[in-house]
Formats: sequence, structure tokens, C-alpha cells
Amino acid sequence: MKLVITDLHVTVETEDGPKEILKGVTLTINEGETHAIMGPNGSGKSTLAYSIAGHPKYTITGGSVTLGDQDVLAMSVDERARAGLFLAMQYPVEVPGVSVSNFLRTAKTAIDGEAPKLRTWVKDVNAALQQLNLDPTFGTRNVNEGFSGGEKKRHEIAQLELLDPQVAVLDETDSGLDIDALKVVSEGVNRFRAREGKGVLLITHYTRILRYIEPDFVHVFVDGKVAESGGKELADALEANGYDKYLNPASA
Amino acid sequence: MTVTESVRSALEQDKVESHLNPVGSFDVADHPVPTGREEIWRFTPLKRLKGLHADAEFMPSATSCTWNTPAGVHIEGVSGEEARTLRGISGLVPNTRHAARILAEVPATLLIDVPADTEVSEPVVVDLHGEDVAVTEAGHVAMRFGAHSKAIVVLNHTGSSTVAAVVEIVVGDGADVTVVSIQDWADDAVHLAHHQALVGRDATYKHAAISFGGDLVRMDANVTYDGPGGSAELLGLYFADAGQHIEHRIFADHNAPHTKSNAIYKGALQGDKAHTVWVGNVLIRKVAEGIETYEENRNLVLTDGCRADSIPNLEIETGEIEGAGHASATARFDDEQLFYLQSRGISEKEAQRLVVHGFFNDLIRKVGVPSIEERLLSTVEAELAKNVLKELF
Repeated sequence: MKLVITDLHVTVETEDGPKEILKGVTLTINEGETHAIMGPNGSGKSTLAYSIAGHPKYTITGGSVTLGDQDVLAMSVDERARAGLFLAMQYPVEVPGVSVSNFLRTAKTAIDGEAPKLRTWVKDVNAALQQLNLDPTFGTRNVNEGFSGGEKKRHEIAQLELLDPQVAVLDETDSGLDIDALKVVSEGVNRFRAREGKGVLLITHYTRILRYIEPDFVHVFVDGKVAESGGKELADALEANGYDKYLNPASA
Repeated sequence: MTVTESVRSALEQDKVESHLNPVGSFDVADHPVPTGREEIWRFTPLKRLKGLHADAEFMPSATSCTWNTPAGVHIEGVSGEEARTLRGISGLVPNTRHAARILAEVPATLLIDVPADTEVSEPVVVDLHGEDVAVTEAGHVAMRFGAHSKAIVVLNHTGSSTVAAVVEIVVGDGADVTVVSIQDWADDAVHLAHHQALVGRDATYKHAAISFGGDLVRMDANVTYDGPGGSAELLGLYFADAGQHIEHRIFADHNAPHTKSNAIYKGALQGDKAHTVWVGNVLIRKVAEGIETYEENRNLVLTDGCRADSIPNLEIETGEIEGAGHASATARFDDEQLFYLQSRGISEKEAQRLVVHGFFNDLIRKVGVPSIEERLLSTVEAELAKNVLKELF
């Protein structure tokens, strides 16, 4: 399914009234494509991710988002997930008292509309955890409670593989990971990409993760919109020159 | 001089000027009828107590009382002189009128005796089922656990009663004891209870107060120590619906060195005029060096129109301690938690259900009585069905 974002405008409520963060974002992610969105802090990258997922903090003031022929903006948060969207969060939230295995089973049941077959499900969960170097006892721990930064991100990617959405939005999944964890997480994302027709929107501040997850397209995100689009060579240019050219055009 | 003697002599000199520790008396006349303005009564709607706090007649009981008797346990109702000798065995000197009246006036005592060195393999379950809410009554329970014994006692309250009760618990040196009191009353019950435990040297005591039903439930769970090294875990779980008043108070009186107390009470509230009160009193006396205490109360407010009062009181008379802390939090659903769960396809109602179960799960596990775990989980589920999950059913 194709994710199409057209002229998306988003505001957030501040003490001084509503502030526009996204100022007309247009982006199409076709089936099988991986798009990297790179940008400096405060450019609105995460706002884009959370707006697609439907976080109540953000108000859509214009534009559209469609997944296949479905109007994403008309759906509730959980409907979006069931329609095939997934957001791997930069700061996954603790849910005290709810075990990972209970959480995963509940989510899978919600997404599929029926409970997964117990035997294959347990096998699938164990395999997914193992591939991400997560201990088998991980399932008994409470969701994100006491997880290290790396465990949180690996848990997000385990969910990605198990819930099997159509389009995954990865919000700074690479932040705070050491090189080994980054490789493990990237391998998980690449396994997902290898499946038929999956779209990925990879949001990152650094070019580092693009060494492991090769994007088809790179977009530079500045001040709430796409400033420049290109192939992966654009990431190489950013690696060499940083964001100065976009932030301070006079000095470039 | 033995350590115990030195503790006793220290205690005698240890006059504490503390509102946590008013001077008690066995004489009913020393306890005026409360007006509701007293610190210890200010949250309790006295009118709904049907006189239990004052001078309601203690009528012949309309509450059936049955129990199992696992091997090694002796349980019987005793009266007369034998009952009288059990009044105050926990060191309780009443500081309320109803406690003084119960010790003085109630003719019988339910005695639960576990001899020293006895390990009771299954929980003792005492079922108290109220048959007539119009009967005002009172009861006294005495539990004696000998040195190095190990046992679990569950007091299971159901049906309709208007009852005041004093439960005294003596935990012998080195014993390992769990007392669970479940208030699963019908909607009209009124229950005013005082549980007083004396924790022996190096003993481990766990008390769990679990309140779901009743029009008004007030339970004071107090602990003192009979020597150094004792440890008390005070747990509470409550779920208040529209119009219910559920009040839990604890008092950990660290009157001996190297003792521990750890209290965790968690509650959920839903519906108009659901009211919960938690007052956590901890006193660290001068003699209580090297003690460790922590108390925590968390309330989850599920709907509008509820009120949760949460008051930790910590009085510290010596700085020579391992640690003392408290935490209190009353909040609605965390939007970020719900968003996280919903972003995984889980509906809002189902997400709320997960969060509430999660809120109570760790506590239910801490109670540590497998035979009632399942029941507590399903009671939480049933409570949720009344409100949060109404549309799902």
C-alpha cells in the first residue's frame, strides 16, 4: 500500500497559542520503497511521525494523508495501526504491570482481528526476540519498564517484525544506540524491508544508520517541510557538509 | 542486659509527643464519641457508620463465620475469661471508642492459634458472610503465631453487615505470617476495622487489605515491633465505585531497632462520589536506629466526580536510620501510555483495561497467595466492566 502525504500542515498548542510546525509536507512512499528523512533538531521530523500516527497533541490544519485508498486522518490512532501503519518511537512508553508477551499478543490480536494460533505465535515471538538479541525472559518483563535504551529500540523492531504493517515510520530509531545494537536493529528493519511491498519512512538526525539501511530516497527536512530530495548521495553530502547550507543559506 | 530488655527500658523513657500516637486506654469512658473534627476522623462520613463509632448496640451476630482447619492450626470461638485474656495481646491499647468498646464488651473471640515451629501448608480461610445489614454488631479476632511458624490467614468478608472489628495479630520471633483481609461486601455493608500486629524479633509479617465492596469500609492496619529485626509489608488494593467510601490507614510504629516497614497501597476510583482515603503514618522512635521504611500510595482516577485523599505522615525522631521515604500519586490515565498501546492497534477501551490490570498486577503478585490471585484479577475485571469497559459488554 502506498502512503501519500499531501501538503500537510500541523500545529501544536503552545502558551502563546497554536504554533505551526509542519508547513506543507508532500511525500509519496510507494510499495517497496525506503525513504530517509534527515534534518536538524527542531525541523519537525518527529512531528511528522507522530502526526501520521495520530498523536492527540498535534492538530492537522491542512492537507491529507492516505494509505492505499484510505483516509488516514479520519481514523483513530488504533484504526491507523490496524490499517497498516506502524510507528517505532524514539521514546517508547513504560506500561507498568503489563508484560511484553501479553502486550504483543494483545496487539497482534487487535491487528489481525483474531487471536494468533498459540503454538506458532510463541515460536514467532521467541524467534523475533532472539534475532534482536533479546533474552527469552524478555517476554515476562513489563513493557519498557527498566529497559535500557537499546532494549527499548530492539523491542520496537521486534514489534515491527511481529505486527507486520504495510508502512513503518521509524522515528530516530538509531538514537542512543551503540554500534552493535545499531547493526542488530538495522538487520531487523532490513528483514522487514525484504518482505513484499513494505514501505519505510526512516527519520534520523545522523547518516550513520544509512550505512546499514540503504534508502531509495533521501529528503532533507528543514523548518517544517522538505527542502531538498534526492538519492542516497544526498546523505553523503550531508555527512560531509552538515545542515549549515539549509539553516544559513547566506553563508553557503 | 539482653537486647530486648534494653529496648523495653528505652521505650519506657520514650515519651513521644506525636499525634500519631495518642495515649490509649482500655476504659471506654476515656474515649468521647467522635464529632468528625478529630484528625483521625476528619475524612470518615460518621453518619454512614450507623453508630459503630459511637454507641450502637452490639447485637447478636447476623454474620455467619466458617473456616477450614489445615493441619497444625487450632481455631475456635472462645468466650468468658479465656476471651478476656486475649484482649490486647497484640499490645493494643485502644485509642478509639469503638476499639475500647469491642475489647470491653464483645463476649467472644475467634482464636486462631498456630504453634511454634509449625508450617501450615495451605491458607486458613475464614469466611464471614453478613446476613442482615440492620444488625449492628462487633467482633474480636486473635491470631497467635508461634516462634518460627509459617502461615497464611485470609479473612474473607462478603454479604451485608454493619460490623466493627478488632483483629489482633501476634507474630512470634522468626515467624513468617501473611494476613489477608478481603472486603468483597455487598453495596450496603458498613465495616469499621482495626488490625493490630505485634511483630516479633526477626519475624516477617505481611498484611494485605483488599477492599472492593461496601458502602463504607474503614480499616486501620497498625504494626509495632516486639524486638529488633522484624519486617512488615503492608499492602492494599481498593476499587471504589460511585458513592462508596473506602478508607485505609496504616501506622508503622518503629519502636525497635533494625526493623523494616514497606507499605504499598493502590486504588482505582470510578463513578460519582467515589471517595478513597489513604493515610500512611510512620513513626521512627529515638530507639529505632538502623530501621528502614518506605510507603507508597497510588490512585488511578478513571472517571469524573471521584475524590482520592492521600496523606503520608512520616515522623522521624532519630537520624540514625537506613532509609525512610514515601511517595504518593493520584492521576488519571496517562495519555502517552494509551497512545503507545493504541498505536499498536489496541482499541482505547482495551488499552485502558490493560493499564488498569497492569496497575494492580504487581501488587496482586506481591500478596503472594496463588489461590486468591485469580479471584482478585477477575474482581478487578468485574469492577472495570461496571464503567470503563461498559460499552464492551
